[in-house]
Amino acid sequence: MYQEIILDHYRTPHNAGLREPFDAESFQINPTCGDEITLRVRLEGDKVADVSYETLGCSISQASASVLTDLVVGKSVADSLTVLRAFQEMAQGRGQVEPDEDVLGDGVAFAGVARYPARVKCALLGWMAFKDALVRSEEKA
Amino acid sequence: MDVTKIRADFPILSRTVRDGKPLVYLDSGATSQRPRQVLDAERAFLEQHNAAVHRGAHQLAEEATDAYEAARARIAAFVGAAPDEVVFTKNATEGVNLVAYASSNAAAFGGAADRFVLEPGDEIVVTELEHHANLVPWQELCRRTGATLRWYSVTDEGRVDLDSIELTERTKIVAFAHQSNVLGTVLPVAELVARAKAVGALTLLDACQSVPHMPVHFGDLDVDFAVFSGHKMLGPSGVGVLYGRRELLEAMPPFLTGGSMIEMVRMEGSTYAAPPQRFEAGVPMTSQAVGLGAAVDYLTEIGMDAIHEHELELVERALAGLAEVPGVRIVGPRDLVDRGGAVAFVVDGIHAHDVGQVLDDQGVAVRVGHHCAWPLHRRFGVAATVRASFHVYSTPEEVDALVDAVRAARDFFGVSSGDGSRGTRRGG
Repeated sequence: MYQEIILDHYRTPHNAGLREPFDAESFQINPTCGDEITLRVRLEGDKVADVSYETLGCSISQASASVLTDLVVGKSVADSLTVLRAFQEMAQGRGQVEPDEDVLGDGVAFAGVARYPARVKCALLGWMAFKDALVRSEEKA
Repeated sequence: MDVTKIRADFPILSRTVRDGKPLVYLDSGATSQRPRQVLDAERAFLEQHNAAVHRGAHQLAEEATDAYEAARARIAAFVGAAPDEVVFTKNATEGVNLVAYASSNAAAFGGAADRFVLEPGDEIVVTELEHHANLVPWQELCRRTGATLRWYSVTDEGRVDLDSIELTERTKIVAFAHQSNVLGTVLPVAELVARAKAVGALTLLDACQSVPHMPVHFGDLDVDFAVFSGHKMLGPSGVGVLYGRRELLEAMPPFLTGGSMIEMVRMEGSTYAAPPQRFEAGVPMTSQAVGLGAAVDYLTEIGMDAIHEHELELVERALAGLAEVPGVRIVGPRDLVDRGGAVAFVVDGIHAHDVGQVLDDQGVAVRVGHHCAWPLHRRFGVAATVRASFHVYSTPEEVDALVDAVRAARDFFGVSSGDGSRGTRRGG
């Protein structure tokens, strides 16, 4: 399950830290294990301009947040949600879903996590925070 | 105590996991495994004596009721109680809720129930190391009644700080664990009971992690209430016990109502049975109660003193072994004084979840997270710990496997070269 890509992102997370300005912030917890994440989204028009975050959690949750930023920053909100859905489908697919590297990039490294149901929430924590932040930014607008 | 012979009674312990690795089950604090004797007792009851208890006048109903009540009597004797002081519940969590809801129902009941009434400004006292089962129901009771929740804090060594608060005449209930499910700390029951009595407060003991592992006598401990769960003591899940002093149960209003717990029912209103039936609404779990009786027999035959000694040896071995692994910090007492068989620790530079994953891959089953004691983890400034917990069937070899696997986790995550001072919080 611990692909080298995941360990790389864990040791050297991309785009880590909370930055300003931002349009919306989301705080998510996994009650089972205490993993938590604060994630901020900054939009420029329809584009995801920046995703900044601070996490307290396991390697899977931290690496997943790092990969998330690589995959969505620079994309339109609609395209980022497509990536999110693909990642979620893979993570919840119990290892039966073949991930598309064109869509998910480094995210395909998390395919192994799908076979460990207890860790799926870890992999999805950052993504759920991102989705929630997008919803909040829309509510503000 | 012949552990090899005991292990042979537990079919699941010969399982392999994760690609043929022998199962090293160190999560008995979450739930224990069941010996054949308990499984057989449940099966035999259902195959030969099953009927609904306390109902029906036919032979099968008599046999079922006898089996159920005989189990109650043996379980009561096991914990130093009289049979009518033992209420069967689903588990300990339900037992705590029973007392909490009986308290908030008391105002509407009147009469003898008045002694349980809580008013705004009254206090309920717990400790910072409680399992959520012995914390959240009291928080909700405070919300319902306007009472205030206070708590004893915990020292860095994992002991309850008896000087952190003082009880007052407004203190009505003092609820605390006998043994912490995370730290392994055994609390100073006699002292806490004495303080509660001095202000006229009732005591409730969470005995989930003590009854399965050491001799416990509620009469001697002089607590007013106590709870424990069957599935943590080699018994079935779905059955647990609320112990209550006779005169308290007699004055207490019911929580769950319905059939079985009534004395007389009219459309306009009903009256309720004497305890313990008053608190056992609906058709009870029967094979489970019989199974718990068998578990008590099994434990009694080995002897609780022997079990306690055995587990202390394992704790000593675990503490010594983990002390040799750099970067491992025990969360809880590091000595054996007033300490039982749960060992929680963190590994510098590796999140507990990830440690648990490597352990799992080696066949070692532990628990990772906050173990339903989230405030306790905040107190120690950690998001999560790894917890190994022992029982009668655990072995020294299993402790060694745990320590080896923790070393393997350090190697895997590349912290074993000593540069593992990287914290787990990333970002800001």
